[in-house]
Amino acid sequence: MDKEQTLSIFKQKASLASAIVHEEGQIKEALNKAVALCLAKPFCENLMPKNNEPAEQKMIAAPNLNPQEYKILDDLCQQNDFLLINDDLRNHPGGLEMGITTINCGIAETGTLVLNSDSEETRLATMLCETHVAILKANDIYQTTQDAAQVLNDLLKQPSSYTAFITGASRTADIERVLTLGVHGPLELHIILIGE
Amino acid sequence: METTESFTQYKSRINESLGNEFLRTAMDNFAVAYRTARKKAFSDIDVDALIQEVAAIKSDAILNHELLLKQFISKAKENGIHIHPAKTAQDANRIIATIAEQTGSKKIIKSKSMTAEEIHLNRYLENKGLEVTETDLGEWIVQLRQEGPSHMVMPAIHLSRYQVADLFSKETRKDQSNEIEKLVKVARKQLREKFVKADMGITGANYALAQTGTIGIVSNEGNARLVTTWPRVHVALLGIDKILPSIIEALTINKVLPKNATGQAITSYVTWITGPSECKNMAIENKNVPTASIKKPGQKREMHIVLLDNGRKAIAEDPLFAQVLQCVRGGACANVCPVYRMVGGHSLGYVYIGAIGLITTYFFHGRENAANLVQNCTNCGACKAVCAGGINLPYLIKEIHSKILDETGHPLKSLLLGKVLKNRKLFHSLLRTASLAQKPVTGGTPYLRHLPMIFSKEHNFRTLPAITDTPFRDRFKKHYKPPANPKLKIAVFSGCVQDFVYPEQLEAAMALLKRADVGVAFPMDQSCCGLPAMMMGEKQAARDVALQNINAFKDLDVDYIVSLCASCASHLKNHLPDLVRDYAQNDQEIFSDKVIPFSRFVVDKIGVTFEENGQASGKTAFHSPCHLCRGLGVKKEPKILINASGHQYVKTDEEETCCGFGGSFSANFPTISNEILTRKLDDVENSGADLLVTECPGCVMQLRGGALKQNRNFKVKHISEIIQPTSKLS
Ligand code: SF4
Ligand code: SF4
Repeated sequence: MDKEQTLSIFKQKASLASAIVHEEGQIKEALNKAVALCLAKPFCENLMPKNNEPAEQKMIAAPNLNPQEYKILDDLCQQNDFLLINDDLRNHPGGLEMGITTINCGIAETGTLVLNSDSEETRLATMLCETHVAILKANDIYQTTQDAAQVLNDLLKQPSSYTAFITGASRTADIERVLTLGVHGPLELHIILIGE
Repeated sequence: METTESFTQYKSRINESLGNEFLRTAMDNFAVAYRTARKKAFSDIDVDALIQEVAAIKSDAILNHELLLKQFISKAKENGIHIHPAKTAQDANRIIATIAEQTGSKKIIKSKSMTAEEIHLNRYLENKGLEVTETDLGEWIVQLRQEGPSHMVMPAIHLSRYQVADLFSKETRKDQSNEIEKLVKVARKQLREKFVKADMGITGANYALAQTGTIGIVSNEGNARLVTTWPRVHVALLGIDKILPSIIEALTINKVLPKNATGQAITSYVTWITGPSECKNMAIENKNVPTASIKKPGQKREMHIVLLDNGRKAIAEDPLFAQVLQCVRGGACANVCPVYRMVGGHSLGYVYIGAIGLITTYFFHGRENAANLVQNCTNCGACKAVCAGGINLPYLIKEIHSKILDETGHPLKSLLLGKVLKNRKLFHSLLRTASLAQKPVTGGTPYLRHLPMIFSKEHNFRTLPAITDTPFRDRFKKHYKPPANPKLKIAVFSGCVQDFVYPEQLEAAMALLKRADVGVAFPMDQSCCGLPAMMMGEKQAARDVALQNINAFKDLDVDYIVSLCASCASHLKNHLPDLVRDYAQNDQEIFSDKVIPFSRFVVDKIGVTFEENGQASGKTAFHSPCHLCRGLGVKKEPKILINASGHQYVKTDEEETCCGFGGSFSANFPTISNEILTRKLDDVENSGADLLVTECPGCVMQLRGGALKQNRNFKVKHISEIIQPTSKLS
């Protein structure tokens, strides 16, 4: 199976699992897209009104970006009057508008994202946000989990490793089997595919 | 101490479930939707091969559990996890309470864990004064209602949105809308505070990987991620049966688990945790977040794993029952179970639900909780056909049944049956006497108009046939003339029902066999196949008749042993060898290989061609007997026969669903049997068929009896009876 096919299967399977897939050139465009999504999105519902003040700014957390990526996003956030936070996300249990993460690799057969979540901030960014934007290099998509087994094993064998498979938004069908998105995690998952 | 429920109490609880309209509709919709969803999820996968692979992985891991566990424990310790082996449920509860005490944990949040349900962990911790909150939506709902889950992966499937809205209104002291989306948001909000305040998180785990000391948790809602991220202590409780060599095996199982459980390709989250993860200071400059814990920056959470035995080691060492541990807890065996579909999980489980619950209740929750439950099975085999772990569930259910009877004493009824069956001559003369004794009740018609006194009113849901004046064996002895040059030689295994109730089905077949020049033997010493005894848990009697039958067929020179009864054929083929292996003289005597069901014999060994212009009926529906389609894998042959005999086969949605007969099942649970039957008859009626054909006299008895009683506008026949004398044989 060639790259094109793998990519198209990934897109198809991810969409089936409720993810919204975009393709945006490079990281810069991807971050631009994320910020545009945040702009368009309403303020998040404060789940802990007793503990968190009503927000004046929208909040984005992007703890696993590298310094260059972070700089680009920081500029964009300032232009749009968003608050970019990367530390102590525990202080925001009421919720964030957006969490942005760069993804280790994708798995086409199920439309799954593999994210090294050893850092607590990375974990919370993907749990407390209403919209999770996951940026994935198209080249990092494997066809099956078995193809990714080596990579996965390398992640897992680090002590304290916390590795997440993420497929679509948080969901439940516990009431009358009606599929509902956004239980304890994001209401929406956007995947932005980029080139090298 | 809870007192154990009597059989009568159990039955009245069942009748309550049957009367629950919402439950019935919910279960029925689910059964239909699941079938489609599963099919779709596996559409581009060879599911049987994959399941075989999973079964092999699990069975190897169970065989090597000691070694793998040792490896897992040492790796996990290396990674900084505290490991606690727990021999019993009590031990596990005590260990977890002690961890709570030692870490100063007062508030506990949990993600879904059947193992925690198994040991009644919440109850134990709450009695210790701890606050325990379930965070999986369904689990939270049933926790608020103070009941157990009714499905292993959909705990609140028995409840309506209205019930949930009422419950949430009470919990939040605020009127809540009954829109599902809004109800989910209520849970999101209510539970967030619980997450934040919790000191300790408890999870189960789906996989434990020896190579890396990792646990894997499968979830959809994302609650397990918060449970393992927010609180400063994480306790994972898992049965030792979750052990696997490495992620490779876990990934293979994970390919099947969600698809088989709900038709979902993969769950939203699979979380792999190798040791305690980072847990940041929760008190820094944060007066707002109320938490009891104060930790230093950069520290890791405290992580414990409780490895529960609770009888698993003993099961692993039992050659027959070890396969029970191949279960991956997806709940598919409940999804397809006709009994579950009618009564729901609270009536078809103790903690573990569905077929697997009928088996494991005995091991985990004792004989007293298993004794009634284990009888509530039609033995239809639907569970086995979808089991992700490749477990022979129906067979093991019967093994448990007979184990319980051996331990507690056999009821008189089943003892008598066992005794009677063992003695063929006595059995057959009883049947002959019964044929005379019933005269007054049949009023000369071939049906029992009024049931004899021994049956209660609830058995009156179908019209039962009368026992014939002249059983087939007498007719055969008197009239049979062998062909001069037979093309094939067969023996017929009739089974009791056809011999003594429906001899006409056999006679119809004889006419066809004659035209095809097939020589027929009918050994007079043949008796009941033994399945009814198995169904009642009388394994010894089943073995005795099996040995008699082996004797009866021993010296015959025949190519095949043909049976028109799918149940007999399947029992003789699938169970006989295991039953008599250590008792028969030699393997050649075990005639299972020669047994072939009627339709397959006719299509494959005689051959029929399509009738050009014969139009014998309107639409003809087929009821595929459980023991034919699943027991023997025969699916296409009956349809070929239907069409070849000038009938027009029409597919029905529930073609392969059990009819609810199940031998003694329908006598023990007449109300469930009636509901399963009615659903089946509805399905046939909806197809517009004017004829329903099947290939098992037991099914004929159930379906025809029900159709008559309910005045349905179609006839019910055995497949041998519809073959036209003009059908061309090739
Ligand atoms: S054999 Fe049929 S009735 Fe029995 S547990 Fe399995 S699915 Fe249910
Ligand atoms: S017994 Fe089989 S079908 Fe039932 S839950 Fe276990 S693996 Fe699934």
